Amino acid sequence: MIADFGFGVLVVTFLVTLYSVFAAIYGEHKKSGALIESARRAMLLTWPLLTLAAGILIYLLITNHFEVKFVYEVTSKSMPTYLKVTAWWGGQAGSLLFWSWLMSAFASLVTLRKWDRDREFLPWVIVVACITLAFFLSMTTFFENPFAKFWLDSAGNILVDAQGNAITGTFPPNANVIPVAQNFLSDGRGLNPLLRHPGMIIHPPMLYLGFVSFVIPYAFAMAALITGRTDDRWIRITRRWTLWAWLFLSCGLVLGSRWAYDVLGWGGFWGWDAVEIAAFMPWLTGTAFLHSVMIQEKRGMLKHWNMLLIILTYDLVIIGTFLTRSGILSSVHAFAQSPIGPYFFVFIVFTLIASLGLILYRWDKFRSETQMTSLLSREALFLLNNLLFISILIVCFWGVFYPLISEVFTGQKVTVGPPFYQRATGPLFAALIFLMGVAPLSAWGHSTLKTLGKAIWKPAIGAVIITITLFITYTHNPYAILGFFLISMVILVTLYEYWRGAFARQKAQGENVFVAFWNLTKRNRRRYGGYIIHLSISLMAIGILGINLFQVETQGTIGINDTLKLSGYTLKYKDVASWDNTPAGVNYTRATVSIYGKDGTYLGDLHPRKDYYYDAQQPMTIPGQLASLKDEVYVILIDWQPINQASTTFKIFVNPLINWMWIGSFLFLFGIIIAAWPDQDPERVVVPAQNQLRQTSAAD
Amino acid sequence: MTEELTSQRRGVPIWVQVTVWVFLVALLVIVAMGLQRAQQGTVQPGEKIENFTLNLFSGYEYSNKTQVAMQELRGKVVVINFWASWCKPCEQEASEMQQAWSLYQPTGKVVFVGADYVDTEPEARVYLKKFGITYSNGPDLATKISQYFRIKGVPETYFIDQNGVLKYVQVGPFASVQEIQNILDPLINQ
Amino acid sequence: MKKILAITLLIIILAGAFASIVFAQTKIPTDDDVNRIAKQLYCPVCESTPLDVCPTEACRQWREMIRTMLTNGKSEAEIKQYFVTQYGVRVLNVPPNPWATYFVPGVVILIGAALLFRGFQLWKKPLATVSASDKQEAQPVQQDEYLAKMEEELRKRK
Repeated sequence: MIADFGFGVLVVTFLVTLYSVFAAIYGEHKKSGALIESARRAMLLTWPLLTLAAGILIYLLITNHFEVKFVYEVTSKSMPTYLKVTAWWGGQAGSLLFWSWLMSAFASLVTLRKWDRDREFLPWVIVVACITLAFFLSMTTFFENPFAKFWLDSAGNILVDAQGNAITGTFPPNANVIPVAQNFLSDGRGLNPLLRHPGMIIHPPMLYLGFVSFVIPYAFAMAALITGRTDDRWIRITRRWTLWAWLFLSCGLVLGSRWAYDVLGWGGFWGWDAVEIAAFMPWLTGTAFLHSVMIQEKRGMLKHWNMLLIILTYDLVIIGTFLTRSGILSSVHAFAQSPIGPYFFVFIVFTLIASLGLILYRWDKFRSETQMTSLLSREALFLLNNLLFISILIVCFWGVFYPLISEVFTGQKVTVGPPFYQRATGPLFAALIFLMGVAPLSAWGHSTLKTLGKAIWKPAIGAVIITITLFITYTHNPYAILGFFLISMVILVTLYEYWRGAFARQKAQGENVFVAFWNLTKRNRRRYGGYIIHLSISLMAIGILGINLFQVETQGTIGINDTLKLSGYTLKYKDVASWDNTPAGVNYTRATVSIYGKDGTYLGDLHPRKDYYYDAQQPMTIPGQLASLKDEVYVILIDWQPINQASTTFKIFVNPLINWMWIGSFLFLFGIIIAAWPDQDPERVVVPAQNQLRQTSAAD
Repeated sequence: MTEELTSQRRGVPIWVQVTVWVFLVALLVIVAMGLQRAQQGTVQPGEKIENFTLNLFSGYEYSNKTQVAMQELRGKVVVINFWASWCKPCEQEASEMQQAWSLYQPTGKVVFVGADYVDTEPEARVYLKKFGITYSNGPDLATKISQYFRIKGVPETYFIDQNGVLKYVQVGPFASVQEIQNILDPLINQ
Repeated sequence: MKKILAITLLIIILAGAFASIVFAQTKIPTDDDVNRIAKQLYCPVCESTPLDVCPTEACRQWREMIRTMLTNGKSEAEIKQYFVTQYGVRVLNVPPNPWATYFVPGVVILIGAALLFRGFQLWKKPLATVSASDKQEAQPVQQDEYLAKMEEELRKRK
């Protein structure tokens, strides 16, 4: 009964959304402020409605209503309550509802702002946001209804059709049904064990938050195109949205990587799986967009480019969601085959054609306000930055679609795995890191090798010194040496820029160093937040470089008190135990190993585990990890052979430098918060003119 | 992407527009084809089965030949069973399949063929020995045949009549020999 | 005496060589040897799972098969070729045809770079010829924009 009510709420929300779209279009056509306001209110209404629907679904999940098909598929009695709540996005139908809920939340947030200066945008923003929302709601309502129930007769038999499939649906089935005795509805199938992990709880919401927030800048871009207001007003309004969207998407990707590293037991954090790439592609265009809009704001250039980038980002978001659910790609992440694939496809076609058509129609209205005069100017380097991001996108896109193309045209399936991506994107990422180091020192407008050289020679010398030191002490691997050189360039340039600004400020204002740093950042949050973000990316690059170039592994079967050695570490097998946790429905096999360092120093005990979930009939491999700045010892329990005291198989990885990746990601978060923090009102500070001149660097 | 700021203010050149649209349409067409392929089920009854060849394990030949071609089986009812040694449901029907074979083999009107899907020969032999299977069996090399039939999993059994037309598809294991007989008898007598 | 010594030495050397050959043949490949090859293959049945980490029974059998083939002296290339013959090209972790794989994205990127460069050349016109005609058309909007921009720049300079 409650499930039916929930479904009813979904239907009503869908109708309200449709109304909002048409009212906004018609209101704009008739120039009726009242109609547009009505459309806005309708859009605001969708959020409480969807919250109600979501609340009902969560209630059903928590209270074990297994006659609801979705509840049966993703929960089981042995799951703790918090996991049952997060099972909301643990399956196709629920996750679509979650997407819709977020979309309506953001659309409502955006309409709550002051619209006085941008009244003409409002109807079109509503239209675009609501069309997107309506699409996802229609998928939920008509095809992937989370409230669909199994039908039972009065005796508790489940009704199946002639093929033996259980009947689900909102309306009572017709006569051709066969009651079949069942007891499977007494307990659910349970969430995929891989998802029953605290880290996994936050990764999908973060990713969806990122995806959905990018719809808002897109909506404003479309509004700008439709109304012909092709100045950069739409960018200014959505600047903060873009930053937060980028933050969420980046967090989602990093969290997914950390989870894969901790729980999957493959020894790495990124497998270049098709669905990982599907989420990565909008991040690439989103990052390019983030940088590129700065040029439009500062120099009034690249207007077409920015439009194209946000259109690409939006469509890649939809395509990414489509790829995961359509069944055309093979992936460990993919949801089960679903009939919504073709409808997603139609929606993608529609949005692509509409967006491209609009931008071509308005092409001439974009006028570049200034000129690009030098290949080394900051504008040109930003353009190069865009080219590199798009190139990486092309590589990823090809890697994802080549198997599909091969299958369609030759009937032969191929697999594009990590070696392709590493070889093809490696040089491109290296070039990006190089740009991260050089671009902050370039000047807007005119720049020559000489001016750039003057700005860069000090950090460059520092980077060379660091690289030579690493060559002598750490590695001779040429790729690593190049990588370390580029990374140290970025770090030194960023610190140098920070120091110069603080130093100038200190001299001008007489503040002490720390206050100078603080005020510098406070006054120019975007730039210095950006520098912190660059710094954090270079730290992450250290981790990525370490694990990709220097990871070593070994596997061996040993008995109690035997040892395995790898890379200077010794692993001594101490003990193993196996027990059931019946309420949770899991069987644990847990080994204890001791790790010793190069000179025999005892470093600690690790407990690699294998968890077997009875309801889902799936094992999980939880590694034991010994983390340090220089590397991480990562031990997994392997069950190629039976696990017992006499012979247990362990696989050891030593992942050098990997923890810099996670350190970098924390700094990244910090940097974005600084960059996105609202600027306070500018202070009235009287600063002598000469000092002001000195303060500005060549990079201003 | 390029902003023509001088006299060419007529927008994007035609050749660029055409290229972009052509490329986009091509991509969408390919995705549509991929989608259609993904949504397609197995080969359905009524379709004519083209010729394909199955290599056979030694000891499981057909008429002393190490290969059997679909074409040479015309005139008989063909039962193709896709299985694998690692497939638990396959074990449920293994003895039933062998029983059915021993029932129909004397008539000479039916041929049972096993296609081993993505398996290793040693394990396959263990499986075949365990259930005492005697009908022709061989590995589906490079999964060509299973891709042709568009199987969704194992076990699946395809019944082809004397004229090479697919008549029945069984997805999942058979529960009894009677089920197999119910399908085969009408086919033999048609 | 010397002759006996020489022959004994020869026998010892030959025996040692023979023993080492035999020893090499019966030495069982380690898990690391198996993993080195399994890493380059994908599980033929599971979705996108490399063969060295795949937990299923079937994958265990495939890894044992690799071990057997290594014991029989097969090379890495031969083992990979065997998998391809048995299960199709998709079992390799990169497509066998490097041309199609790297050529297409390479060409697209080069075209993009060329277009960009060309656009950049077109862009580099003297400022004077352009801004004059520009100003006439966009005057009123630009004034507001210009003022707004100036205010923002001043604020930023602080």
